[in-house]
Amino acid sequence: MSTWVPVLAACVAAYLLKLAGHLVPARWLEGPRVRRVTGLLPVALLAALVVVQTVVADQRLVLDARAAGLAVAAVALLLRAPFVVVVVLAALTAALLRHAGWAA
Amino acid sequence: MRRVSEGGDDAPARTARRAVTRQAVSVGLATSAYGVSFGALSVASGLDVWQTCVLSLLLFSGGSQFAFAGIVGAGGSGVAAVATSSLLGVRNGLYGLQVARLLHAHGPRVLLAAHLTIDESTAVAVGQREPSAQRRGFWLTGALVLLGWNLTTLLGAVLGDALGDPRTYGFDAAAAAAFLALLWPRLRSREAAATGVAAAVVAALLSPVTPPGVPVLVAALAAVAVGWWGRRTGAGPVGDEPEGTA
Repeated sequence: MSTWVPVLAACVAAYLLKLAGHLVPARWLEGPRVRRVTGLLPVALLAALVVVQTVVADQRLVLDARAAGLAVAAVALLLRAPFVVVVVLAALTAALLRHAGWAA
Repeated sequence: MRRVSEGGDDAPARTARRAVTRQAVSVGLATSAYGVSFGALSVASGLDVWQTCVLSLLLFSGGSQFAFAGIVGAGGSGVAAVATSSLLGVRNGLYGLQVARLLHAHGPRVLLAAHLTIDESTAVAVGQREPSAQRRGFWLTGALVLLGWNLTTLLGAVLGDALGDPRTYGFDAAAAAAFLALLWPRLRSREAAATGVAAAVVAALLSPVTPPGVPVLVAALAAVAVGWWGRRTGAGPVGDEPEGTA
């Protein structure tokens, strides 16, 4: 299957979701349980993505330079650093550790 | 004296307008800077420059784009990539509910507003008090991020092709840090923290034994479990705090 199919499907789905928010009457999503689930959905997905992106490589759990970068990012977030600073510090940390040969 | 009183009426509006413009510009610049890492990471995941640019132009939601590229790069199926990216996109729909109330847009403008409904534009818009500043914040931030994000995506994709392994530059760690930075402000309630921990554990346990993409999808069930059966502590923000970026 060409990669274009999922690329375009993801684009269409993303747009329809955005549009639905503008067109759907707000009361459709007003039940307290539905609100809680939809509010927590990004939390679960992002937490899982952090894990997968940090400690998974080739379907194995590994600790490498990414984990060090993430630790630095967490400290930066605790110190209320702006978004882009957090991201750049994480990248720099991983890049320097790899350059020095201290981490894979 | 008349001028002074006129000035007095306009001054708060002018100040608010300047403030929202400043915010929109700084958010636009910050997000754009980070588009480079998406572009580079995306081509390293096996997507070509065109596909990378189409994602930034048409999908236009950083978190979903990184997730999509990450799953494709890890060898996950197209279905898993689309599903994860779309689940992450659900929050844009929730932002849309809020933003629609501020914008009162009609006709074709709704179609454009929908496309620009992302973390950044929503955060700047709802952060303003004046209705006119809210609308300005939404449109200006959305337009600046759309422009900057796409230009830097192209830059990153082309550079990424030329520079080789993005791990050398820590772009993989940048993606992880971006997810963490998006997650951070959402962790205030105990319910949210419990959901995050549960999802992280599920993802770590499943990653060695399931195809790429599946752990993230199964981890989403943590939100359903905590939200549906959890204690009724009220913390159910329908995108009440869209303060992430990208």
